[in-house]
Amino acid sequence: MSIQAYNVYKTFGSYKALKGVNLDIPEGKLVSLLGPSGSGKTTLLRILAGLEFPDENKNTQIIFHGEDVTYIPAGKRRIGFVFQHYALFRNMTVAENIAFGLSCKPKRERPSSEEIRYKVNQLIELVQLEGLNNRYPSELSGGQQQRVALARALAVNPRVLLLDEPFGALDAKVRKELRRWLRKFQEDIKITTVFVTHDQEEALELADVVIILNKGEIVQIGSPQEVYDSPASPFVIEFLGNVNKLKGGLNNIPNVIRNTGILYVRPHDVDIQLQVESETDYVLPAIVRHIFSAGNYGRVALESLPQREPFEAEISRNRLRDLDLKPGLKVFVVFRHVRLFENDSVYREIKI
Amino acid sequence: MSNKRQRILPGFHLTLGICLTYLTLLVFIPLSTIFIRSSGLGWESFWRAITSPQVIASYKVTFGISFLASLTNAFFGFIAAWVLSRYRFPGHGFFDSIVDLPFALPTAVAGISLTALYSQNGWIGQFLYPLGIKSAYSLIGIYIALTFVGFPFVVRTLQPVIEGLDREIEEAGASLGASRWKVFWKIVFPSLLPALFTGYALAFARAIGEYGSVIFISGNMPMRTEITPLVIVKFLENYQYQQATAVACVMLVISFLILLIINALQHWSVLIGQAKN
Repeated sequence: MSIQAYNVYKTFGSYKALKGVNLDIPEGKLVSLLGPSGSGKTTLLRILAGLEFPDENKNTQIIFHGEDVTYIPAGKRRIGFVFQHYALFRNMTVAENIAFGLSCKPKRERPSSEEIRYKVNQLIELVQLEGLNNRYPSELSGGQQQRVALARALAVNPRVLLLDEPFGALDAKVRKELRRWLRKFQEDIKITTVFVTHDQEEALELADVVIILNKGEIVQIGSPQEVYDSPASPFVIEFLGNVNKLKGGLNNIPNVIRNTGILYVRPHDVDIQLQVESETDYVLPAIVRHIFSAGNYGRVALESLPQREPFEAEISRNRLRDLDLKPGLKVFVVFRHVRLFENDSVYREIKI
Repeated sequence: MSNKRQRILPGFHLTLGICLTYLTLLVFIPLSTIFIRSSGLGWESFWRAITSPQVIASYKVTFGISFLASLTNAFFGFIAAWVLSRYRFPGHGFFDSIVDLPFALPTAVAGISLTALYSQNGWIGQFLYPLGIKSAYSLIGIYIALTFVGFPFVVRTLQPVIEGLDREIEEAGASLGASRWKVFWKIVFPSLLPALFTGYALAFARAIGEYGSVIFISGNMPMRTEITPLVIVKFLENYQYQQATAVACVMLVISFLILLIINALQHWSVLIGQAKN
């Protein structure tokens, strides 16, 4: 089911949590709302769910599959919501938790207890919790509780699945596993899914569409590749992955006209050479400060000359071994792909 | 090699010693003298003292009405605690603080003012008497006094628990399509049950032992509106110390048993939340 939202504003007291959000989520996609804390992403998710309502405004509309649901409460929107801390009912077993939504239906819509039991078992199988039907939430691990919460949300045949920081409270290993599992799961049942995260890696790995929020506004919408490769603003480029920020703009690079912008270059777009191998415009003298040789890549901390602005390079371990760098060594760096931002959005992209 | 366990926090032996001495001096020794003194009576006179018709009638009054009064408190105290912790309204702070009044008020003062209010010519009594409700010098009067003194126990036990409830759990219920009533009854109430039992037990214990406020409003008619604590005082006034302690013994044992049952219920209601297979 598709979701559209137009002109969504939300204020808490004098705090403006959302300042006019517009979005269009196509059917069956896995969408992530990504942003730092305080960006309004959870508020937006809760408004989509109907747990919170947008400020009164005649232009505000939230549409589920063509139907206006702006002021319809959560219970009547046919959504599945998974809370950050799962919010399982502690006085009920796993099976009772999952059955809750079904057993709450009005009498004429309620399935028989056999049908409920069948459905619950089906869901338990789907989320791979076989044999845990009669356990209580306090007897489950974090990852298991997360999956119970998911099964409970799916029991009512929701049209949309909404997840608030679904992996936030799990340890790194479980988080990775569950992430992959959710990706596959969503591909299998093809339910429109929106999840909130502050972890850019999670958003880029999992989502079909990434919606980036900052200070109550959407700053960019696009596929993971689009937002990573063509960031719309300095905020986006800084938020998505590591990036070097050189305030001198292109002044750092001799032979390029003076410019007032800020230069961004990702560490993996920086190459280190001992001598100038070819006369391009984007070669910059620098001095080696520190070498981190553990990890998948070799990381080198450098300082530009003569301005002495610090930045980092990420090169392969083989390359690092061949270069045989030492702190204090003077080298030349080549920027393969730089972005130059002026003000907040206008920018020049230079690739070599 | 010393096998004495090292503790991270110092002072275990000291604080344990103080705790035990304190409990022994203030609770255990006084309570045990009740048994020791009454044992001087001999089995037969002991039995006669505790089963005389007047005493039996007082047990019924004390325990029966304490039970009803604390049940009433459990119900209305629950509502009061809910409103005070969930809603903010003008005068919230004022109402929140007057909940403690029955704690602070000398019981005799409470008894006198309740009697003045509920007697035939009192502010409230003048409306109740024509309806056939004898609100003073009757069992109803005792019930009013015991409800009054027990009220804060239920409210103050429940309030922090209600405030600590996870709102997400209620939202989860609502998002699954459950009505407000269903969310309350199936999710919220079970998690408040242990605290409700505790509040009930405290109010009940207080009601059993209450003396000051009751004697003014009860009328103290033997066989009808006499509470057990008053029976004990009467024995004492007649220098029948052993009979007094014998009745006290019975009260002690019954109270202990009732609190034990309530505790078991509370334990059971906690277990519902996190039972092991």
